Amino acid sequence: MLNLSINGKRHALDLDPQTPLLWAIRDRVGLTGTKYSCGIAQCGSCTVYLDGAPVRACITPVSDAVGKEVTTIEGLSSPAGQAVQAAWRELEVVQCGYCQSGQIMSAASLLQRNRKPTDADIDQAMQGNLCRCATYARIRQAIKVAADKLNGVQS
Amino acid sequence: MKTDRIVNLSRRRFIAGSAVSLAGLTLGIIPTVAAEQREAGPGIAGQAPEIAGDFSPNAFLRIDGNGIVTVISKHLEMGQGTYTGMATLVAEELDADWERVRVEGAPADAGRYNNLFWGKAQGTGGSTAIANSWKQMRKAGAAARQMLVQAAAKQWQVEAGEITVKSGVIRHAPSGRQSAFGELAELAAEQPVPESVTLKDPKSFSLIGQRIPRKDSPEKINGQAIFTQDVKLPGMLTAVVLHPPRLGATVSKIDSKGALAVKGVREVIQIPSGVAVVADDFWQAKLGRDALSVSWDESKAFRKSSAQILDDYRQLAEKPGLVARTEGSAATAMASTADAVEAEYSVPFLSHSAMEPMNCVVRIDEAGCEVWNGEQMQTSDQQQIAGLLGLEPHQVHINMLYAGGSFGRRANPAADYLLETVHIAKALKPGTPLKMVWTREDDTHAGYYRPLYLHRMRAALNDQGEPHVWDQRIVGQSILKGTPFESVMVKDGVDMTSVEGAANLPYEIKHIQVDLHSPELPVPVLWWRSVGSTHTAFAVECFIDELAVKAGQDPLDYRRKLLRNHPRHLGVLNLAAEKAGWGEPMGRNRGQGIAVHESFNSYVAQVAEVSVRRSVISVDRVVIAVDCGVAVNPDVIVAQMEGGMGFGLSATLFSELTFREGRIEQSNFTDYRILRIDQMPEVEVHIVASAEAPTGVGEPATPVIAPAVANAVYAATGKRLRQLPLRLG
Repeated sequence: MLNLSINGKRHALDLDPQTPLLWAIRDRVGLTGTKYSCGIAQCGSCTVYLDGAPVRACITPVSDAVGKEVTTIEGLSSPAGQAVQAAWRELEVVQCGYCQSGQIMSAASLLQRNRKPTDADIDQAMQGNLCRCATYARIRQAIKVAADKLNGVQS
Repeated sequence: MKTDRIVNLSRRRFIAGSAVSLAGLTLGIIPTVAAEQREAGPGIAGQAPEIAGDFSPNAFLRIDGNGIVTVISKHLEMGQGTYTGMATLVAEELDADWERVRVEGAPADAGRYNNLFWGKAQGTGGSTAIANSWKQMRKAGAAARQMLVQAAAKQWQVEAGEITVKSGVIRHAPSGRQSAFGELAELAAEQPVPESVTLKDPKSFSLIGQRIPRKDSPEKINGQAIFTQDVKLPGMLTAVVLHPPRLGATVSKIDSKGALAVKGVREVIQIPSGVAVVADDFWQAKLGRDALSVSWDESKAFRKSSAQILDDYRQLAEKPGLVARTEGSAATAMASTADAVEAEYSVPFLSHSAMEPMNCVVRIDEAGCEVWNGEQMQTSDQQQIAGLLGLEPHQVHINMLYAGGSFGRRANPAADYLLETVHIAKALKPGTPLKMVWTREDDTHAGYYRPLYLHRMRAALNDQGEPHVWDQRIVGQSILKGTPFESVMVKDGVDMTSVEGAANLPYEIKHIQVDLHSPELPVPVLWWRSVGSTHTAFAVECFIDELAVKAGQDPLDYRRKLLRNHPRHLGVLNLAAEKAGWGEPMGRNRGQGIAVHESFNSYVAQVAEVSVRRSVISVDRVVIAVDCGVAVNPDVIVAQMEGGMGFGLSATLFSELTFREGRIEQSNFTDYRILRIDQMPEVEVHIVASAEAPTGVGEPATPVIAPAVANAVYAATGKRLRQLPLRLG
């Protein structure tokens, strides 16, 4: 039995410890906001936090999450997360939406570390998150809008 | 409302009693009896049954007692903004409060929910959603509005002509009475459905043409949106399929011991497309497949390589093909030319590679078959599944969920991945829900690709440097041959999707010949965002650039002269050029390129600015002008231009699927590369103001970027690249 804490809620899961965290979250816990797309940490759709640090859940063994707090898109409630989600609405970033949970998790993590990211910072932090709809122009802009919100700048 | 129970309005049979909540399957509170009547209710053509407390004047909307307007979208939301678009059209004529409008996916029903451009078939594609619904959805909204007004007139005993409706509020100014939609919904349902309605004068539009919030955004931002991948039903099993290593290979021996020993694996099932491993969840099924041992008979397998296919096509291009367009006498005129310009363009096979790999959920029982899918082509999928199971199409119930991208992939006349799922599900205990999931590698290998194409271009210029002969020969597989679309869209052997964008060349040229070879290969092919234009725009718009260079003329001026009788082409060309600052000095190793193309009745011009450093092409900025008629949702149009261009840029710079002795050489995003954020240019979009009926926006931006960038690379380096993806050195 593996004991996990996901979004502040405890789960005891009977799983092979090598099972990727992604499938524990999706198939066992039933939180489906975290997406599967590549399975080899090439697209970022499965981005979640372990103790606040972003990881690709598709290659993270579930055993790595034991004793840590897992945060998924459903539990994203930090000021940075809320600012990012609000900016995503404001700029209408979303198209098909499948990659967007991962985009938002990565963007919020960037703003957690860096309140005033430059274009280069954004490109570096977000280049692991693929979007086939190519919503990149709006992602870039929305991260700046979210940064302004966090810094109390009126947009 | 005393007998209320919560039911799903269109899918009650399947959802009631289960704990499932699916996107687009909103639950409504309506009276029990009414729900029974509704299921049999007719569409817009007929009158809906009268329902107490709930107002459902036609197949496209209903208003409940709380005033919530639910728009039923007959089209799939795959990112292109269709749910928002359908709702905008209805809400505009209804004068609804946008905040109180919801959208729900329609069930499969070719009678009520057909694409008006496709006859009696339901489906989403060819950038037709808004174009075919433009009047239909507005009429649906207008009819409902008129019935609400009639209800108010009756209740208040006033003249209907004195009643106004605005933002979900019905008002009679002289008496000071007003009412929200919900309060009048019950009475409105008793009014006769109007036989005809008057649509608004565009001058009084309050939603059409405005930037209004997308309806699908909130749940896609908080992780609540449900895609096929997210469907979970009680007792559901998950299958992963091992496909043959080469096309045409067949199973010779299966050793399933290893697979069955994996915890959670239930069954190993041979199906026509391979061997399925069925387990309690995805990871178990995947481990089971890893442990599965299958030997394949590859004696009849496809063993060609891409380079060989291209060589074969080159040979074919020496011979005349089937004529797609002929004007004047190109052959004679070309024969008398001493100074012909000739070039070969080619594009590789491409995978759609939507972020959500193909998947499907199916449950088969004695009543029929239920499907959960990002459903792009209801009617033909229904027929295909019914055919396989020996059912009537109406026994196949399709739940349309959000698609995590599609780009044409989920609109397959062969219904490949759906039938694969059905084959597995029918081998299980009846009533067992089954989710079939492709891994990214499966999605890359399992086919339905944009075909590889070769274009042989020839032209001759007159004394003014203008082309007087244009001879284009196209070689590539037919997408439509052998599909139900063949009878309509293959004319005299010419597949319209192979030549679109070339056969309708807009340039003023005296002698034009466009012909086509459609060689057959076992490689399964399909439309890929913007279909034929993905390759024709590249060949045509680069070659015209070559002719401008040969003539020593500016590529913009050259096009302008040759498009003198095509005002909408000219409109976008001039707008893009002006906004981009066409002709401004670019500096060392930098260049501008321009291209213009019509597809799906919309016109798009793009100016690309590129930098080239150490043979690496960076696209710095792209300016896009589009004329798509009335701009229903301008921000959605801008988004489709940005994203459609970005989608095309992947194929311009990176993406390529290659066969090597019959095996696909790529497998995941490591080697089938798509655009990343640091490769996305700055992008600017300008919409031409227009009163014409709206036309497509999902696809038309995609084909224009490759030629714009290739032409810019030429301007920057003097090197003419004629093969996609573009590679220098």
